[in-house]
Amino acid sequence: MHPAAWWLWSLSLGTAATRTTNPLLLALLIATSAYVVQASRPHTPWSRSYSAFVKLAVTVLLVRLVFAVALGSPIPGTHTLVTLPEVPLPHWAQGIRIGGDLTAEALVFALYDGLKLATLLVCVGAANALASPTRLLKTLPGALYETGVAVVVALTFAPHLIADVHRLRAARRLRGRPDRGLRGLLQVGLPVLEGALERSVALAAAMDARGYGRTADLPAALRRTTTVLTLGGLLGVCAGTYGLLTAEGGTYGVPVLLGGVAAALAGLWLGGRRSPRTRYRPDTWNARSCLVAASGVAVAALLSAAAAADPAALHPGVVPLVAPVLPLWPAAAVLLGLLPAFLAPAPPAPPAPRAPDKEQPS
Amino acid sequence: MIRFENVSVTYDGAAEPTVRGVDFTIPEGELVLLAGPSGVGKSTLLGTVSGLVPHFTGGTLRGRVTVDGRDTRTHRPRELADVVGTVGQDPLSHFVTDTVEEELAYGMESLGLAPAVMRRRVEETLDLLGLADLRDRPIATLSGGQQQRVAIGSVLTPHPRVLVLDEPTSALDPAAAEEVLAVLLRLVHDLGTTVLLAEHRLERVLQYADQVALLPAPGAAPVLGAPADLMAGSPVYPPVVDLGRLAGWSPLPLTVRDARRRAGALRERLEDRTPPAGREAPVVQAPLPRPPAVHRWRRRRADPATAAQAPAAVAEVRSLAVRRGRVEALRRVDLTVAPGETVALMGRNGAGKSTLLSTLVGLVEPSAGTVRVGGAVPHRTPPRELVRRVGLVPQEPRDLLYADTVAAECAAADRDAGAEPGTCRALVSGLLPGIADDVHPRDLSEGQRLTLALAVVLAARPPLLLLDEPTRGLDYAAKARLVAVLRELASAGHAIVLATHDVELAAELAHRVVLLAEGEVIADGPTPEVVVSSPSYAPQVTKILAPQPWLTVAQVREALR
Repeated sequence: MHPAAWWLWSLSLGTAATRTTNPLLLALLIATSAYVVQASRPHTPWSRSYSAFVKLAVTVLLVRLVFAVALGSPIPGTHTLVTLPEVPLPHWAQGIRIGGDLTAEALVFALYDGLKLATLLVCVGAANALASPTRLLKTLPGALYETGVAVVVALTFAPHLIADVHRLRAARRLRGRPDRGLRGLLQVGLPVLEGALERSVALAAAMDARGYGRTADLPAALRRTTTVLTLGGLLGVCAGTYGLLTAEGGTYGVPVLLGGVAAALAGLWLGGRRSPRTRYRPDTWNARSCLVAASGVAVAALLSAAAAADPAALHPGVVPLVAPVLPLWPAAAVLLGLLPAFLAPAPPAPPAPRAPDKEQPS
Repeated sequence: MIRFENVSVTYDGAAEPTVRGVDFTIPEGELVLLAGPSGVGKSTLLGTVSGLVPHFTGGTLRGRVTVDGRDTRTHRPRELADVVGTVGQDPLSHFVTDTVEEELAYGMESLGLAPAVMRRRVEETLDLLGLADLRDRPIATLSGGQQQRVAIGSVLTPHPRVLVLDEPTSALDPAAAEEVLAVLLRLVHDLGTTVLLAEHRLERVLQYADQVALLPAPGAAPVLGAPADLMAGSPVYPPVVDLGRLAGWSPLPLTVRDARRRAGALRERLEDRTPPAGREAPVVQAPLPRPPAVHRWRRRRADPATAAQAPAAVAEVRSLAVRRGRVEALRRVDLTVAPGETVALMGRNGAGKSTLLSTLVGLVEPSAGTVRVGGAVPHRTPPRELVRRVGLVPQEPRDLLYADTVAAECAAADRDAGAEPGTCRALVSGLLPGIADDVHPRDLSEGQRLTLALAVVLAARPPLLLLDEPTRGLDYAAKARLVAVLRELASAGHAIVLATHDVELAAELAHRVVLLAEGEVIADGPTPEVVVSSPSYAPQVTKILAPQPWLTVAQVREALR
């Protein structure tokens, strides 16, 4: 399965989530993504990121609710649940309220709003779990590949740094200093950075010795064409966008933008020939990938259409407070997103759990 | 294949060249061992072959190095990547991707090999190095030996004609080291690869080398020659050579097998002598009965008297278990350490040696069982008090050092330990004279840094001293100094526990050896009993003189006097 297909699918589900505030539909979207992740995620460390994103989503939802409770809400409401003591504020802070009446309407509005954001986060988490960003970077065109590797290496920097901090704080204990607290953290800062720098230099040397950044000899004319195409293309994109956004540029905007994009892509393709590298077992875009991506896009498109056709069903009212109803057709559309769970090949069996090496912590 | 023409390398800011007068040729398909004390420029010389010196490190290279006809002056490391494969000291800093299979393919991708070729070579290499079961595993979860094999595999896939390795077996347990060396030997024999490797643990590698390039001293010109000839006058030599020199064998034997064949006469001379009895722990200070090697748990039940005498022991571990996530790192471990006793913890990478040491200093909380160090529970004791009971020199001594200069480090250590000002500095000078006050700890040699870390720990005078893998990166001279220092500490009443892969060190120092496997103690007994019976943990002298129970050349020398 091509990683881009998974990202398209997940982000489309996320887009669909932004079209509605109906909690039933949002819950359905979350359930759909969770089911597909459970059925198709590979057994790599990255695939565990889904639960981290779910935790983040719950946190966002709670923060949203706490704000609604503490700071009040512009939603007028009649069902007062509880009256909190209001903090008296000076007159220049008019419009800001701390405490006061907490109405059911305000709480429900915050819940819907927070749930929308949480669903979006869960969908991004699904993308991470199903296809790690590293895999996505590998599909970059040749001209951008080296940059992609640099980004990936930079990403692995953070976990190493955290491991170093743990090790050095443990070492503080061996010196008889407390290993907790802020001061302990600050004192290990310099050695940690030193160690990280040394490791980076060692890695750079290793990568160089393994052929990172080898270039093929290209005729000067080709190199110049590449530069002209790339720069010209980017200029075209800028001019075209400007044209689209201004009132009088409506005529030339679209063609210039398209021309710029085409020139930039051609430049990238030509630039890729400068790098002689090849791909080991590249992910291929096949019919399954198409279907997976299409199922996601369909969910997004259908929900957008539904939001335009029947806004009331997708945005259940808060004032007056009504119980949300599950709109039948949009719900069926969301279920289309389940398709990948049956399309995607089953992930390989998990490796037997084995003792990780403890002699070489780092 | 590799040709050095009057090469010398001077780093920026250095007054003297690090290596000079290098002038020899390494023919194709040879395994050449680069030997010499620390700090003679072995790594620098290896770097000149891959082009990292001077293109990456800076400095000035005079003369010319050609690899397979390519001049490293005009070819940058990346342009040599298809001829030279390089693996540095730390395999972890070598990995670019995160799974085994991708790592093996990475070098070939950079060289632009066809996808079909890459696929075939990855499969071949997985089989050659025995990595097929690990192909999808994230590299971070592999053991040290596995990581080293992956690192070698990742430079093998582009089929380089030259392999350059810096200390490939130093971090490995004896069995894993054998594994890696077997792979190298196979490459040399079957594929005609030229291998140039630097290694401190000559006893592991010397027997496989076709030639030795010896760097006798800093700045001295290296000599290339047959291993037996060079070992006769080398400043670094493994125990088998030491024994050969002692017995006056010529030519010198390099393998245990050769030495055994010649050792008939020596065995006869030693027949009626016994190894000097200084190897037993000072029993006077430790009225504990020595635990028998087997039936640990039965002993515990049958012998309640041991518990009653507990205050005599500096450390007591009873049915200890440690879990890390889902992994049981230690299971039902019992260990008692008496004052003045030296215990060697041995076992595979990942057997739980470091975890046991961490538990003894309270870095890891036991999930079951009890740990007492000097009567205190380590993980509940505040660090300030704990340092007076137990000190650990970690695997990377640098982790202990924070200050900018040796003097500042010593002053901080005195403050931490509540010792008289100057205590630590006096210890440093006593352990290893010649460490200047104003040097940055980073600029010390491995041996000096270890000494400084040891002094920092000893400033609090802990009765129990723990060392994790202390001989990594030490040459024979530094190791001999460490052995002398530790012996002196032991005779002063310090109990010492060291986790090590170095069987020769254990043979020299330890009264007792505790073997760990999969988190359990599988053997616990006096050094001669445990190591003599194990083929991978027996030191060379034991193998040569078996069935007589000699452990070290020093013992033999003493007995023959």
